[in-house]
Amino acid sequence: MALATSPPEAPPEPAAKTRRYSADAAGLGRLRASLFTAPALLLIAVFLVFPALWVLYLSVTDYRLSGAQAANPQVVGLDNYTNALGSGDFWNSAWLTVEFVLGSAVIGQVVLGFTIAWLMRDRTGPLKRIVEGLVILAWILPSAVVSFLWVALLDRDGGTLNMLLGIPGFAWLLDYPMLSIIVFNTWRGAAFSMMLYGAALGNVPPSHLESARLAGASGWQQLRDVVFPHIRGHILTNLLLISLWTFNDFTPFMLTAGGPDGKTEILAVYVYKEALIGGNLGVGAAISAIILLINLVVAVFYLRMLRRKS
Amino acid sequence: MTARHVAGRIGFYTVIALVLAFFSIPLLWLATAPFTSDPTYEVSLPDLTLANFQAILEHPYALGSLYNSLILSVGTALLVVLFAALAAYALSRVRVPGRDVLLYTLLLLSSIITGTAAMVPIFQLAVELQLIDTHLGVILILTGGLLPAAIFMLKDFMDTTPKSYEESARVFGASPLQIVRHVVVPLVRPGLATIAVWAVANVWGNFLMPYLLLGSDPEYQPSAVIIYTLYTEGGQANLQLLSTFGLLYSIPVVLMYLFVSKKYGFRFHGGIKR
Amino acid sequence: MSAIELRSLTKVYPGGVRALDALDLEIPDGEFFALLGPSGCGKTTLLRTIAGLETATSGQVVLGERDVTGLQPGARDLAMVFQDYALFPHMDVTDNIAYPLRIKKVAKAPRAAKAREVGERLGLDQLMDRRPGQLSGGQQQRVALARVMATQAQAFLFDEPLSNLDARLRLEARTFLKRLQRELGVTTVFVTHDQAEALAMADRMAVMEAGHIRQIGTPAEVFQRPANTFVASFIGSTPMNLLDAVVRGDSLEVAGCKLAVPSAATGLLTDGERLVYGVRPEYMAYSAEPVEGALGGKVSIVENLGASHLVTLEVGETVTQVVVPEGREPSPGDDGYAVPREDRALVYRDGELVA
Repeated sequence: MALATSPPEAPPEPAAKTRRYSADAAGLGRLRASLFTAPALLLIAVFLVFPALWVLYLSVTDYRLSGAQAANPQVVGLDNYTNALGSGDFWNSAWLTVEFVLGSAVIGQVVLGFTIAWLMRDRTGPLKRIVEGLVILAWILPSAVVSFLWVALLDRDGGTLNMLLGIPGFAWLLDYPMLSIIVFNTWRGAAFSMMLYGAALGNVPPSHLESARLAGASGWQQLRDVVFPHIRGHILTNLLLISLWTFNDFTPFMLTAGGPDGKTEILAVYVYKEALIGGNLGVGAAISAIILLINLVVAVFYLRMLRRKS
Repeated sequence: MTARHVAGRIGFYTVIALVLAFFSIPLLWLATAPFTSDPTYEVSLPDLTLANFQAILEHPYALGSLYNSLILSVGTALLVVLFAALAAYALSRVRVPGRDVLLYTLLLLSSIITGTAAMVPIFQLAVELQLIDTHLGVILILTGGLLPAAIFMLKDFMDTTPKSYEESARVFGASPLQIVRHVVVPLVRPGLATIAVWAVANVWGNFLMPYLLLGSDPEYQPSAVIIYTLYTEGGQANLQLLSTFGLLYSIPVVLMYLFVSKKYGFRFHGGIKR
Repeated sequence: MSAIELRSLTKVYPGGVRALDALDLEIPDGEFFALLGPSGCGKTTLLRTIAGLETATSGQVVLGERDVTGLQPGARDLAMVFQDYALFPHMDVTDNIAYPLRIKKVAKAPRAAKAREVGERLGLDQLMDRRPGQLSGGQQQRVALARVMATQAQAFLFDEPLSNLDARLRLEARTFLKRLQRELGVTTVFVTHDQAEALAMADRMAVMEAGHIRQIGTPAEVFQRPANTFVASFIGSTPMNLLDAVVRGDSLEVAGCKLAVPSAATGLLTDGERLVYGVRPEYMAYSAEPVEGALGGKVSIVENLGASHLVTLEVGETVTQVVVPEGREPSPGDDGYAVPREDRALVYRDGELVA
């Protein structure tokens, strides 16, 4: 008969609560899983999270590297913050940092990276490999090495740049320090934007571009009407990410050490000088806390954008 | 060929030439100066001498610093791979309560708490834990910084590795630890290798942490710091040493990058291709 | 070798989704049993619950005489072949086949010998040193089969065993699997969404929908007498004709035609009742001349099925399909009459078979 089976002979025992065992793929179970994650979480807690929290504590003390306050730090409330925010040096440094981020990341790396990606789209030959290879090389070489390469390049008496331009004796790092570090950072970081835009451009459907071309659009119009709408999301996430990185970049220190006369004393260098050279840990911590806060805002924005995209 | 087309071509090649020049000129010095007997800041044709390499061998700290860089890089990579793999596997396979919040928080943390933002408390912490002037201190701190991203990337990789391998072994009677040993580790090896290389590359070039924590004794300093001191301390920079040492110091990272991009292209996929 | 029994098996996911709803099932020893149904019906969940990879919320899974409901997957003495075969890519074929024995702590030499023996039986002897990535889809499937055979488990579970094969290979593999199962005599449960596959391979099958079993029976039973309209429309390469009917005395009015009441339903109908009349296109006789007790109408489409034709008839406001043997097919526009076979026609009340 085409019916369900008749009930079994003996009535089944009332369904006993089935014994629980772990249903994950390998049968690890919650306990072992927690043990597996523990070492990583411990390290992260001690060496990443705790310092972030301690910054907040330090920032409200008058802790110093040496002297009475090193042994017996007192809580001074928000004094460090008011000192910092009232200090001309701080605002000078903040403004320089804004210049640095705007100039080298927002404008420099994005424009340069995009331009190269756009020019190299649809190409596969040795030219593309050479160009991309050089750009990436600038990115992966250690920071200490590339810093010195630029020190050498910009040297007033013997540097290659002055030799090429025929203006020996021109002191780039002394007379135009901000420009120097901006150009340097643009050079250094363009690779990331180039690769990101390269991938984004690869995802623009060729049929859209071809339709535009057939309708008579020029290169610039294709860019504006077809390409930009497609990569708008990428531009924003790219901007947020590299701004965050550039804002936290310590490398310019190796070129100019914040000088001359604090003309390139971006926040990263300012914190270092204030806290570890000047010994004023409390003030340094206050500024670090401000940096953390700015990082937080940018990062949250970035992750929101990522989520919205996916 | 229209005139506009020709003008376009000319424009294209001009821009490309400028780009090429912009990127290659600063790099040229690194290729020429090490092989020039009395190098200046200027890029000039080398007379192909190996004397500079000799000078490196004679410098008290140069080679040692390469060794220190190696210790820091390999040490950090080992810790990162081990801890991140364990955590990523557990988080990928087991529904631990709060898992998604945890991952989101980790990602957030690693973006926010940078060396720059945390240099003050990290310095303090290292002093308190007596990790100043030790390699271990730098390794632990760098590991802590790299772990969140590593866990994120490895978990992503493991998520894309099918569970059927583990389940298959489980039905055959393998215990969880046997499954991890026999099945999981071999499957995720490419992902582990990529993370290891990524960690080494990150640590090899890292300047701030070693500069901060290994400041006093050149015997312990990695190459990043030694190079910096070579051109900032004491009068005239020794260009022989700087150029040659810089070249030697750069080569491993370049080789690693070439190796990884050739072998894996930074893709993460486990299992057999069909 | 063991029978499998499910008693009131239920699985509820957190969030309230009832993947399995109080299922009762008995699979005798040695049977080749299919779990058939559309996506999401719970067939794979059921298979995985039998294996232990999913835990049951309530109810029991009994294997042989043992209640294995609370046991870990590895302790149930079952073997499973996954849809993607799950052959360990870093081990060669020999090690793959021998893996279950390795877990059972068999020494290296005997287990390699056993692997070779099983491999030879399935024609894999030339491939024993290869890696899975070097094998074709069909070869990979045989390695997966060899692996479960090496376990000598009480029962085998196959999750969509044929869906990863090319269409052509699939038919060969069907025959191969059926013969293998017959030779081994091991109770085997397999999951498929392909009704033709289930009909061809299984000794008996369970047709599932939304966590429930809608019918259990042999392929013949399920094909000839589906227990409800869901099974009726799911089974069969050509869909069964399901037409609205009204009882008129001792006959049925269907789409304006007068049809005989099927023998199985005689005496069980009330006058004026609204029912659903079901008959397969293969179970109707076609005539170009008017006949009594037929669905009559105009031929609209004639589809060539190879050795027969599928003729679509417009009857009244509805359509009926008939399978017509070679040489007798009509042309579109002709008048046609389809007489259902009395012993194969079915009547459904509220979706359930009247019998």
